[in-house]
Amino acid sequence: MPVSVRIPTILRTYTGGESEVTASGATLAEVLDDLDGSYNGIKGRILDESGALRRFVNVYVGNDDVRFLDNLDTPTPDGTQVSVIPAVAGG
Amino acid sequence: MSAVVAEKTTTLREGAFGNATNLACRECGHQVELGPFYACPECFGPLEVAYEFGEVTREQIEAGPANIWRYKALLPVPTDIEQSPNTEPGYTRLLRAHNLGAELGIANLWVKDDSTNPTNSFKDRVVACALSAARELGAKVFACPSTGNLANAVAAAGARAGIKTVVFIPSNLEHPKQVNSAVFTESLVAVNGNYDDVNKLASEIAGEEEGWAFVNVNVRPFYAEGSKTLGYEIAEQLGWRLPDQIVIPVASGSQLTKVHKAFQELIKLGLVEDKPYRVFGAQAAGCSPVSVAYKAGVDAIRPVKPDTIAKSLAIGNPADGIYVLDICRETGGAVEDVTDDEVRDGIVLLARTEGIFTETAGGTTVAVLKKLVETGQLDTDLETVVINTGHGLKTLDAVSGKVGPAATIEPTYAAFAATGLA
Repeated sequence: MPVSVRIPTILRTYTGGESEVTASGATLAEVLDDLDGSYNGIKGRILDESGALRRFVNVYVGNDDVRFLDNLDTPTPDGTQVSVIPAVAGG
Repeated sequence: MSAVVAEKTTTLREGAFGNATNLACRECGHQVELGPFYACPECFGPLEVAYEFGEVTREQIEAGPANIWRYKALLPVPTDIEQSPNTEPGYTRLLRAHNLGAELGIANLWVKDDSTNPTNSFKDRVVACALSAARELGAKVFACPSTGNLANAVAAAGARAGIKTVVFIPSNLEHPKQVNSAVFTESLVAVNGNYDDVNKLASEIAGEEEGWAFVNVNVRPFYAEGSKTLGYEIAEQLGWRLPDQIVIPVASGSQLTKVHKAFQELIKLGLVEDKPYRVFGAQAAGCSPVSVAYKAGVDAIRPVKPDTIAKSLAIGNPADGIYVLDICRETGGAVEDVTDDEVRDGIVLLARTEGIFTETAGGTTVAVLKKLVETGQLDTDLETVVINTGHGLKTLDAVSGKVGPAATIEPTYAAFAATGLA
């Protein structure tokens, strides 16, 4: 089940400069595993040592922050847009 | 050097960022060169500006202009910053609040009133620093996502500087607020979504477009430093002395952390005496993730969906929230929250005791101050400062149903006498 993943600038060293890549998986956790298979090491930038989302990274499935959904268990249906975005403060 | 490669930096001129030496991750310490970077390439943590100040004296500062550039040696700006057109914010009044102090039983209370800045909020300070960074980095476009104060400040600063501005707002923003920004810029973009959606879009555009400086995204480390000037001014205006207690509103938490950073820098530079001070954070109950974490005694902040009239504080996932917790706990302060009704009461209380019309964020701060006194968390014998971040004209709707004519009468003396107002 391919999903599209938007990659932030600071992780594009892993994707050869690509800002958008494709990955597969029924949940966000599976998508990240698949992503790491293609771009070795990228998962360790998004997840901390305990396997949880890093505190200063926000991941969106569609338009929703996964922290308000099911975190890493959030379903990623076919064609979903996943976005990885560093946390920013508001104004 | 960091792993950042995708963003092209211009060749920086000598002294482009004054005494700033590099950016450093607040979480893991990883160092990054000065540039349009805001997230640590190792852990995504926030990047902060690091400096080598050398000697800075009170006399040097006092000889400077009556705006934030008197502290330019302590900011990431060039020494010739005053030669570049900007809104020249800061050095706002610090008012002794005799009446409010008497009302609350605080012997020595001050209001730092940032409603008198060029676009009537503290955001002019941070935007001036962001504008300088944008210039030095060769940005062609100055941009931000905002619901109010930041949009006003960015649009006005861009107009002064002669740089193109693009301001993104939620499309359902009240018309007067749209006008308030659109008057300064022809490029106001209304986005169908809430503020979080607009912020997310800004991050994505910042990652795609060359030459765009988003004040709270890719030039955020420089932008955030502007809030330090609130702390410098308070200390200088108190006669080069730190207050015993300070109450600061918390949205992202950035301002509170920067005021604390300013106090620490002043101590290190020997400009003020090293003494204990307590920092208190103020939130609205409808968006109080930091206050909730403080009261629960936990370090993790659980994001919330905001629902409060204090819209300028309505950041459900505050990036600096954990640092606010650290500072308030370390200094013996606290984080407290108040209801929307208390926010409205806070606005009216400050207006009727001190003649200062504050926005909802200031109403939150005053209401929290009152609550801190009532709950015994604040020592009423100690010198206390509250920060008023912006002007009430920005959030008129918050109190328009609460205040109005005491009476509507015929134009006769008898009718007036009957009101009992004489």
